[in-house]
Amino acid sequence: MHLYANPARFLRIAKWLTPLLLVSGLLLAGGAMLWGFFNTPPDRLMGDTVKILYIHVPSAWLGMGGWTAIAIASLVELVWRHPLAAIAARAAAVPGAVFTFICLATGSIWGRPTWGTWWVWDGRLTSMLVLLFLYFGYIALSGSLAREGQSSRIAAIFGLVGAINVPIINRSVVWWNSLHQPPSITTGGSAIDEVFLVPLMVAVLGFSLLFGGVVLARMRTILADIQAEARLRRMAQKADLKTSEAAS
Amino acid sequence: MTSALKPKHQRLVLIVLAVAALIGATLLAMVALRDQASYFYVPSDIAENPPEPGQAIRLGGMVEEGSIVELPDGVSVTFVVHDGVARVPVTFTGILPDLFVEGSGVVADGSMDVSGTFVAENVLAKHDENYMPRELEDMTPDQVRETIAETTG
Repeated sequence: MHLYANPARFLRIAKWLTPLLLVSGLLLAGGAMLWGFFNTPPDRLMGDTVKILYIHVPSAWLGMGGWTAIAIASLVELVWRHPLAAIAARAAAVPGAVFTFICLATGSIWGRPTWGTWWVWDGRLTSMLVLLFLYFGYIALSGSLAREGQSSRIAAIFGLVGAINVPIINRSVVWWNSLHQPPSITTGGSAIDEVFLVPLMVAVLGFSLLFGGVVLARMRTILADIQAEARLRRMAQKADLKTSEAAS
Repeated sequence: MTSALKPKHQRLVLIVLAVAALIGATLLAMVALRDQASYFYVPSDIAENPPEPGQAIRLGGMVEEGSIVELPDGVSVTFVVHDGVARVPVTFTGILPDLFVEGSGVVADGSMDVSGTFVAENVLAKHDENYMPRELEDMTPDQVRETIAETTG
């Protein structure tokens, strides 16, 4: 666990892993979308609108996956005091919020022709909107704690408590009657025909790699910020020392 | 033996307990929300607990095969919503969504009138979890495999 606690070792690995994840993610996600848009047939009922599936489903998966990552990192931070965990959680928040927003926006656009409405307050849609607000709260909280130079432990507790929403989103279409359809992919198999399922799975993998690359890039940025700030503080102290010596 | 837990393990136990309590509280809340958080009532709910005429409710279920009747005024339609147990007749005046077909899911806002008919003000189509290309719908599994091989090969 503490093998990667050393930021220098982490940075060495992240340096080559970040571009690798970003490029392979872009290629896979882009390829899967082109494949899905131009080379799959229309759905029997929804026609061509089904193709928004290739953006909507990976975004939903990463919106929820992003918060799961925040929760795991928060647990590691609180229990093992791992120095990189807080940075990883902070780095996952913004991409998670972006994907949650994309999921809500594409779902709304898809809902208009399919259901006949942009938005309803059913269990799935409402709990997903709550997730977006949780992300906003987390980003504001962890950002302000970092700016004030305070411990990120409060943000970690928030990350753990907020994780309770993830299984609620997942189960919302099973527990309650909802306008959103029940899960298509379960342990029993898939109700999505193979022609749609294969590009969808490739898109999910591609977007996930992309997500990992963005998180690593953001972690490197945060680490560089911390280093730069520490250096500036040392320089300022030295300068202070000199002026006080000169004055005495 | 009074040796205490390591601080690391103490924190772990504390967090596990807190998370367990949180999950318990949430499950209680979800069970309590069971009826209120549902987006619509199905016909058997309405048969068990008939709502007051005029009370705004949402009705959801499947459109019965062969039950859609267009009325002579050209904009009104009647159909029957069922859930395999009970059935409710519905009348609606307005534009129906494209996915509204016999045998598919539907969610309607409105209220019951005194004769036991549901007067819908708004009708939404509910998509099911199946995604299937149009051409494959009426084919046998062998034909499906052939077609996929042709289009992707």
